[in-house]
Amino acid sequence: MYSNPQKTDAAAGTAALQIRDVRKRYGSLEALRGVSFDIAPGEFFALLGPNGAGKSTLISIIAGLVGADTGSVAVMGHDTVKDFRAARRKLGVVPQELVFDPFFKVRELLRIQAGYYGCGKESWPWIEEMLERLDLASKTEVSMRALSGGMKRRVLIAQALVHKPPLVILDEPTAGVDVELRRTLWAFMRELHAQGTTVVLTTHYLEEAQELCSRVAILDRGAVQVIEPTPQLLARHPYRFLRLKLAGGAQLPESLRELVTANVEGVMELKLETRRHPIGAVFEALRSAGLAIEDVQTREPDLEDIFIELTGHKAGNGR
Amino acid sequence: MTPDQLGFLTLLKKEVMRFWSVLGQTVTAPVITALLYLLVFAQAMAGRAPVYPGIGYTEFLIPGLVMMTVIQNAFANTSSSLMQSKMMGNIVFLQMAPLGPLQWFAAYILAAIARCALVSVAMVLATLPFVQLPVREPLAALAVFLLAAGSLAALGLIAGIVAEKFDHIAAFTNFLITPLSFLSGVFYSVHALPPLWFKASHLNPFFYMIDGFRYGFFGHGDVPIALSLAWSLGFFLLVSAICMWMLVTGYRLKR
Ligand SMILES: Nc1ncnc2c1ncn2[C@@H]1O[C@H](COP(=O)(O)OP(=O)(O)OP(=O)(O)O)[C@@H](O)[C@H]1O
Ligand SMILES: [Mg+2]
Repeated sequence: MYSNPQKTDAAAGTAALQIRDVRKRYGSLEALRGVSFDIAPGEFFALLGPNGAGKSTLISIIAGLVGADTGSVAVMGHDTVKDFRAARRKLGVVPQELVFDPFFKVRELLRIQAGYYGCGKESWPWIEEMLERLDLASKTEVSMRALSGGMKRRVLIAQALVHKPPLVILDEPTAGVDVELRRTLWAFMRELHAQGTTVVLTTHYLEEAQELCSRVAILDRGAVQVIEPTPQLLARHPYRFLRLKLAGGAQLPESLRELVTANVEGVMELKLETRRHPIGAVFEALRSAGLAIEDVQTREPDLEDIFIELTGHKAGNGR
Repeated sequence: MTPDQLGFLTLLKKEVMRFWSVLGQTVTAPVITALLYLLVFAQAMAGRAPVYPGIGYTEFLIPGLVMMTVIQNAFANTSSSLMQSKMMGNIVFLQMAPLGPLQWFAAYILAAIARCALVSVAMVLATLPFVQLPVREPLAALAVFLLAAGSLAALGLIAGIVAEKFDHIAAFTNFLITPLSFLSGVFYSVHALPPLWFKASHLNPFFYMIDGFRYGFFGHGDVPIALSLAWSLGFFLLVSAICMWMLVTGYRLKR
């Protein structure tokens, strides 16, 4: 089992991940403009941001694939450059791209991967357990090149975990996977987290981050826009959404029209600022205009609304 | 075993498995090519005056052909392995692993040497029914073999690091490795060359590898064995230093 690997580090008060003023340029493009934050052991953390925000670049720097221009990163207190061996033994990264080695079969590949980290036969039961949990048990002797995309994604996840790292970073693990596998992966990540692993996730499915992660950072154009616990971030948004359908397809009174953000076949969505437009006032306005409500629904703002508010972008394929 | 040692051995094993899984391409094919050369040249040159007194042309030819094959295969092994990893993107697994530059270097080089040893033994065994070579200086032959295979494997790593596509590896092979290995006295003694080419040959490190290797069998070469060993060692140290510098700095691999 994957039992509480980083307890001792946590006791020492060391951050699972410490990022200090990391900058990276690609020619004239500033991919990261001084990123700093810490992730505590045991967190389930979401790193969000629109395409090109710099999420993967930051992860590549943490993993040692890319060199930062300035700044430093430490995994469980080990500098990723000066003390790279110790840092990498504590880190597992699932890359965004579906990369694989076509020469090997699934089980063979995972055993090799474990070997790189100095894990021998003692890691084999864990490999079998992961194969089982990730629904790859029937594919253990299949060549990597013969796997479907979703299966390759699962092997990538297993590869990142062979050495039982206390910090796991998953770069869009659920991109392009079907609904069932996504559920499986969520359950798997939750289980890892419950067993003491610090999990960092990037995703464009914001409801995924909202459901899984206790803290969120939003990166935009290479800088951290906001970093907050998920509930606080959600509470920041001072709006509620009200969906209305009026009897007989009637129009809204003049005073309410500016609040409409969508109108689909007579179902209107109103964006209400909590303090300026209490819901009661809306109903009052409708009543005094003599309008009858056929259907009504309210919606709390979700991470997607906040994301759009903060970055001015659509998150992509979220809903 | 320490985790570092196991990491290194795993990478070595992986590199060996890689060429082992395609033995037809990595061992059988080069052996057959070399045997074809042997057949054609031994026929064409039959009846000529021996290059070295008392040594038949076929005998003379075999060590050079083995060394030429070693040179080409050591280079091919590391360059194609690294290039494939880069192209497939799976090099990230190695880059993210707690393996240091020296472990990378040693694992790739040793795997290439293993392939070359396999190819060499296969060639000698295949020609055994026709020609029994003497082995007068086995240590010299072994030393030159290791230095040559090591140097070309390191050169292959350098090419794999620098190249951005397979065409670049092919250019490296076609415009550097193949011509230099052909113009190094495999098929003749450099003493038979016109003066200019004779001089030029002495600037070609492959010439010393072939001459030194041949010395290991016959106890006789175009230049003293000490010179061949010195050139082979010097070349090995030079390319290894360049290769290690690239690995340590992350040249082209770490963006
Ligand atoms: N090797 C590179 N060379 C040049 N520019 C690069 C390189 N890698 C990334 N970039 C640029 O850096 C910026 C950040 O890219 P990055 O891949 O980190 O974004 P991301 O947040 O992961 O986006 P996505 O959500 O699309 O995965 C982009 O503008 C990208 O074009
Ligand atoms: Mg990305």
